[in-house]
Amino acid sequence: MRKIETDILVVGGGPAGSSAARYASQSGAEVILIEKRQEIGSPVRCAEGISKKLLSKVGLSPDGKCIAREVKGAKIFSPSGHMLTISEKQAGDEVGIVLDRVFFDKFLASLAVKAGAEIRLKTAATSLIQESGKTAGVTAVDIDGPLEIRARCVVGADGFESQIGRWAGIDTKLKTKDITSCFQYRLTGIDIDADYCEFTLGSAAPGGYVWVFPKDEDTANVGLGLQLSQLKDAGEIKRMLDRFIAKDDRMSKGRPLEMVAGAVSTCAPIDRTIADNVLLVGDSARQIDPITGGGIGNSCIAGKIAGEVLSLAYEEKDFSEKSLQRYEKGWRDEMEERLYRNWMAKEKLVSLSDETFDKIILAISEIGVEKLSTLSILQAVEKKYPELVEEFRDLLG
Amino acid sequence: MRNVYEQISVDQDVCMHCGACVGTCPRNAMFLHDLTVASNEECNGCGICVKVCPVGAISKNNGGDSR
Ligand SMILES: Cc1cc2nc3c(=O)[nH]c(=O)nc-3n(C[C@H](O)[C@H](O)[C@H](O)COP(=O)(O)OP(=O)(O)OC[C@H]3O[C@@H](n4cnc5c(N)ncnc54)[C@H](O)[C@@H]3O)c2cc1C
Ligand code: SF4
Ligand code: SF4
Repeated sequence: MRKIETDILVVGGGPAGSSAARYASQSGAEVILIEKRQEIGSPVRCAEGISKKLLSKVGLSPDGKCIAREVKGAKIFSPSGHMLTISEKQAGDEVGIVLDRVFFDKFLASLAVKAGAEIRLKTAATSLIQESGKTAGVTAVDIDGPLEIRARCVVGADGFESQIGRWAGIDTKLKTKDITSCFQYRLTGIDIDADYCEFTLGSAAPGGYVWVFPKDEDTANVGLGLQLSQLKDAGEIKRMLDRFIAKDDRMSKGRPLEMVAGAVSTCAPIDRTIADNVLLVGDSARQIDPITGGGIGNSCIAGKIAGEVLSLAYEEKDFSEKSLQRYEKGWRDEMEERLYRNWMAKEKLVSLSDETFDKIILAISEIGVEKLSTLSILQAVEKKYPELVEEFRDLLG
Repeated sequence: MRNVYEQISVDQDVCMHCGACVGTCPRNAMFLHDLTVASNEECNGCGICVKVCPVGAISKNNGGDSR
């Protein structure tokens, strides 16, 4: 079998993998990133929403091609149709910019290449090579057939479908209530307010939501996500979205340019994301925000932290679990509390009736909130409708 | 075209290769490679993948090999 060798092997060319590869290369370590698809960033499996704040937090200023649309804020529709408008300043993490991930993911990958990483496309990891209990690389298949890639550390940045973690014995298993199944169209020829991202809660997707993220004046990513534990029949997600679109006068005349299926994790932070010579990052480490299902920003942040720790580990020639512990601590310091809090809030939210949702949305629109964080919403609602917040008492701390 | 495995079948004409089933399977019995979803002997027919698939490409085989 063909054999190649490297210091660090990154599996997966999404935002997490490219960010990790970029920062890991900075120490001079030899870094190879493999991606099983033939093109970085395509097909898109995302609604492409991110905030400016989150982008600047990871120190990224992507060129114009990566940004499809800047929006002014978000509109949230309650189950019975009450609308709450949120400015970009209030909206926090998820809205602000609608990306073009075909370009954005390539932009991130090109930064990794500039830092010294090598990218190999159409190269799929098929198993971990374990030698005397330690991970020593992966077997893979590329365009020329099977090959062995030996590495001192394997980074699993292989997204929701992640295998690296499971192969390495890291528990990344998800409960059905912590998985959201999604379907989305890119619709063109629709009648939208292209300055706002839209979310419709409840009725159309009981326990989930419909999103409309504008790409330009008459085109948007229109999708629906719902918790797996609420699903009963095969293909329900797509049917629900089709129904929503058919019923909505603004959408029904639209025509699709793209179809996207996928799933996101909405779990509490998992216990462990490292093992000897293995590290998980991004969706594979379940670092998605459980309320919004947004993971682009977190993947970039965690990828950077991973890459920086890998650089140190390379210099110290130590990729043991103990050495990688710095990554475990680093990403948890950055986002664990926020992820946990939002997971608790999600658990509560999915149990609310449409009626309560309506009340909460009305309450918020009456009171107004400074910032749309879970905490500030709860505090605002509590002032006027303490009984609504009763359920969330423990979140208020 | 249908790929028929021990417990489940995947309709390749419907499948969008999104990996939702792969990440969800509690027994890690599924994998996605080269635009095919496959299921191995670890599968116990729990049927979770049938529900998570956003487009309904997976079905449970009703008793034995339905080829
Ligand atoms: C429908 C939908 C809508 C979403 N909307 C948003 C949103 O609006 N905002 C937001 O922030 N997030 C959103 N997300 C989540 C977001 O897409 C992810 O959090 C983000 O892409 C995670 O990046 P990643 O690098 O961890 O994984 P990915 O981007 O999934 O990249 C993983 C890569 O690994 C590759 N790979 C997998 N297995 C192997 C293997 N064995 N060998 C080689 N390569 C492999 C895959 O081909 C893939 O390219 C959405 C997700 C879905 C499904
Ligand atoms: S039926 Fe259950 S065990 Fe079998 S592939 Fe589907 S999810 Fe996995
Ligand atoms: S979840 Fe459905 S569409 Fe996605 S890869 Fe599996 S079978 Fe294909």
